[in-house]
Amino acid sequence: MINQQSNNRFFFNVDWVTILIYIALCAIGFVNIYASIPQVEESTAFNFASNYGKQLIFIMTGLVLGFSILLLDAKFFSIFSPIIYGVTMILLLVVLVVGRNVGGNQAWIPIGSFRLQPSELAKFGTALLLARYISSFNPKLNTLKPVLIAAVIIVVPMCLIMLQPDAGSMLVFLSFMFPLYREGLPGYLLIIFWGMVLLFILNLFLSQWVLISIILILGGLFIYFNKKKHQRMIMIGIIMISAIGYLFIAKLVFENVLQPHQRTRIELILGLKTDPKGAGYNVNQSKIAIGSGQLTGRGFLQGTQTKYGYVPEQSTDFIFSTIGEEWGFAGCFVVIGLYMFLLLRIVNLAERQRSTFSRVYGYCVACIIFFHVFINIGMTIGIIPVIGIPLPFISYGGSSLWSFTVLLFIFLKLDSNRMGFI
Amino acid sequence: MDNLFNRKYVIQVLFIVVALILLGTLFYIQVASEKYFIAAESNVLKKIYTFPARGVIYDRNEKPLAQNEAVYDLMVIPNQVKEFDTAALCRIIDIDMKRFARNFNKASAQSRYQPSIFERQLSVQVYATLSEQLSRFPGFFVQSRTIRHYPDSVAAHFLGYIKEVSPLDIQNSEGYYRSGDYIGKSGVEKSYETLLRGERGIVNMMYDVRNVPKGSYAEGRFDTAAVSGDRLISSLDLKLQKLGEDLMRNKVGSIVAIEPASGEILAFVSSPTYDPNLMVGRSQGNNYMELLKNPNRVFNIRPIQGYYSPGSSFKPLDALLGLQEGVIDPSMTFNCPGYFKVGGHTVKCEHVDGNIALRMGLARSCNTYACYVFQKLLTQRKYPNQRVAYDEWQKKVRKFGLGEKLGIDLPSERNGRLYDAAYYSGKYSKYWNYGTVISLAIGQGEMDATPLQMANIMAIIANRGYYIKPHLVKAIGKNRVIKKEYVKKNYVDVEARHFEPVIDGMQDAVNAPWGTAIQSRIDGIVMCGKTGTVQNPRGKNHSVFIGFAPRDNPKIAIAVIVENAGYGSTYAAPIASYIAEQYLKGEVSKYKLAQVAWMKSQVILPEPPKPKVKPKPKGTDSIEKVTTPVLPDQNHTKSKPIQITQ
Repeated sequence: MINQQSNNRFFFNVDWVTILIYIALCAIGFVNIYASIPQVEESTAFNFASNYGKQLIFIMTGLVLGFSILLLDAKFFSIFSPIIYGVTMILLLVVLVVGRNVGGNQAWIPIGSFRLQPSELAKFGTALLLARYISSFNPKLNTLKPVLIAAVIIVVPMCLIMLQPDAGSMLVFLSFMFPLYREGLPGYLLIIFWGMVLLFILNLFLSQWVLISIILILGGLFIYFNKKKHQRMIMIGIIMISAIGYLFIAKLVFENVLQPHQRTRIELILGLKTDPKGAGYNVNQSKIAIGSGQLTGRGFLQGTQTKYGYVPEQSTDFIFSTIGEEWGFAGCFVVIGLYMFLLLRIVNLAERQRSTFSRVYGYCVACIIFFHVFINIGMTIGIIPVIGIPLPFISYGGSSLWSFTVLLFIFLKLDSNRMGFI
Repeated sequence: MDNLFNRKYVIQVLFIVVALILLGTLFYIQVASEKYFIAAESNVLKKIYTFPARGVIYDRNEKPLAQNEAVYDLMVIPNQVKEFDTAALCRIIDIDMKRFARNFNKASAQSRYQPSIFERQLSVQVYATLSEQLSRFPGFFVQSRTIRHYPDSVAAHFLGYIKEVSPLDIQNSEGYYRSGDYIGKSGVEKSYETLLRGERGIVNMMYDVRNVPKGSYAEGRFDTAAVSGDRLISSLDLKLQKLGEDLMRNKVGSIVAIEPASGEILAFVSSPTYDPNLMVGRSQGNNYMELLKNPNRVFNIRPIQGYYSPGSSFKPLDALLGLQEGVIDPSMTFNCPGYFKVGGHTVKCEHVDGNIALRMGLARSCNTYACYVFQKLLTQRKYPNQRVAYDEWQKKVRKFGLGEKLGIDLPSERNGRLYDAAYYSGKYSKYWNYGTVISLAIGQGEMDATPLQMANIMAIIANRGYYIKPHLVKAIGKNRVIKKEYVKKNYVDVEARHFEPVIDGMQDAVNAPWGTAIQSRIDGIVMCGKTGTVQNPRGKNHSVFIGFAPRDNPKIAIAVIVENAGYGSTYAAPIASYIAEQYLKGEVSKYKLAQVAWMKSQVILPEPPKPKVKPKPKGTDSIEKVTTPVLPDQNHTKSKPIQITQ
């Protein structure tokens, strides 16, 4: 039994369901990238120089890459995680020096005709080190020191990416909060964090003084009803004061730290500004394209918005608009369904791991993919600001496809080895 | 650890909730809302319009008065233009380099990817040369459209003109018109605009984000072809109109001829007139400005806008109302000592005829007779006072179409002028009576009528008691529709029998030796009429003639006004007789041709208005030059108007 297992390691223990979903998503990506080519030159011949041709190459090489990862020893990732992390951090520094500036972001290192995006590598670098830290030290995440260490692991790449500056990739690192939560990070920290995000948004909507009075009234009511419990009264007081202080700081950050185009994007998404021809143009066109798909879509290659180039960055960040237009709500349902199936599958695979390392890493993979999917689709349908991050496995681009492939296949490798100990 | 194990559910629930949020939003924008689908269509679809031919306008014998001629607009798509021989292009379409640069910049400013008009309305000849060499000029192409052409160059005031729509027109049309469309600006072109313009054809084209056309939408299922405008058959008689315009050449005034039985206007001459072809094509703007310079106001539509005292032509109305009210009978005589006196007013008469009855009174145009009738009408016992009597009188006069628009199918008709009793009471309190307004008896004073109204009075008399609203278009479209209001009889509430004595008098005016217009008798046709010499406060009297012919079963009612021409019998009456003869006989008698030619050659133009402020002499040495105002002499005015009055 053991013998057989070792003989057919990467064929019988690998989770083929996940690989099938992976291939399905890549195929959907290819089809829609093909549809997104503006029909300027009407050539029917398959063209490897065009986006869809290149994407096919990326998918093929991605599969090769993925299966080579399955051939590696599972222990490799655990052992080398600090080095991988270190290397990716160095690359993040290097890109600041030698990087090519594309669209205001210095995110690419040109290597010949190929462009490396270190922030993509940093995702699984960070995931690996985080898993390694938690599995090796079994830290109590409801105490200060481990939380700080984990935070440092996450925040260092975030800061380096912010220097590029690439807000989209940086925000993805927030997804590491959820694996930490699974491993014991107190829930209230998450609540405080997202509460801060909520306050930040409300701060833009309402006048600061209205918000402060609301906080004071709510706090006052709480204190009134907890008159005899002094400890709680003090707690509420502290929360109130820090909330108000936070309001001022948030305003300051918004007005002085954020880039003007980021500010506009946030304002647009919150409906504080309307500007269908300016910064809101992409979102508006994307919504129109998706909305025009209706229930069943216009059909493959029949999307007029797609075909005639009305949605900018159609094959990369806005690929979902092609799906929405040509395949309609039904197509969107299938794609989101596939993602959900993938995510829940990964979570359940992670839960069946004996090794903490594999479990934490699995959660990291799920949460990174989740963040990408949520932010990307949310952006194309206008419920999230335009944050330029790709749709996993579907968006055009080698760097992103390969890094997601590596991210996923490392987990599949770890999972195939779940009987052993790492 | 169990506690932490449960957290996997929290995370999974989070995933599912977010997925549901995404799907919910997608459901809303894709399935529940039509908004985005419509927005997508309007992104991609643009309607390309094809221009229909404007409806052709014919005369009553279906000879074309206004037809269409193809012209060619040179179009350009700036981003497709490559290096080419600009000098050659300029030579072919006959423009200079400066204009070329201006046109090109204008087109580029409009759009780099879409076609704009580069040079409009090239002639067929230019188009022929250009189309041979068009391949030398990439980015340029020719689009054909039609413009108006007027084969006989007549009836400019009737036809009006068309012009490119102004931004205001576009706004007023609530989006029907688009920049570059043409719209009727005056005349029938304006009043029948909605019928003449036809329907634009629509081609639904798909465009990409850079506005490059990508083919037709849904295989052209929603496209429509352009539908030409309805044709109009006007009531005008081309020959008659032409004769009228020739007779009025170098004179100021109007001719209106109406077919009494139908209200159809046979001739509609406003002089000075212009060649309608001047208001077409590339030099429309320049020609328009040039025509505006004419001191006799070429663009006045005198038959419906000119105000004239009806003068003696009003007298038949006095008689008709007197007979209807029973205050006179045809044999009743009044004594004419050469004037009529009431209160402080004296109305002079041209003759001293002694006792005079209706027939003679009208034939001799006796002012005294008219005043007596007026006096009798306003002093009837049945009215409490003369003010009430006057008000009743003016209401009856209004029934004859005076003082109000007749409702002709042309824009800008004017009311004429006739006041009610309240006006005079306002002016004189209650201290006024028939004597105060006695001038009205002879069609002078505070009363104005347009030539159309005068001709219409003749139509009423010719019909013995009713009129049909005069109109210029007798049939619309293939089915020859006519507007309902133009077949309805409007009665004037005077019994038919009262017309005969009045017509007797009018017959004598033209046919009896003592008549005022005996020189204008037509052999073999009994024309009834009335001359008028209308006092003109600003210069020489106007010559007026109104009449109809023949007496029995009349075919034509006519009003002629020649401004500043003196007696009605010298100009207006002969002109009317030529018109009537031409219409009734198909030609003017040979022996009269010399008279007609003489009439055509007459120049009766008012002196150009003197400059209101005379320049004051500045120094002693310049006195001589300044004190002799340089007025254009008669010869000058004679040679100049050829451009305008032909």
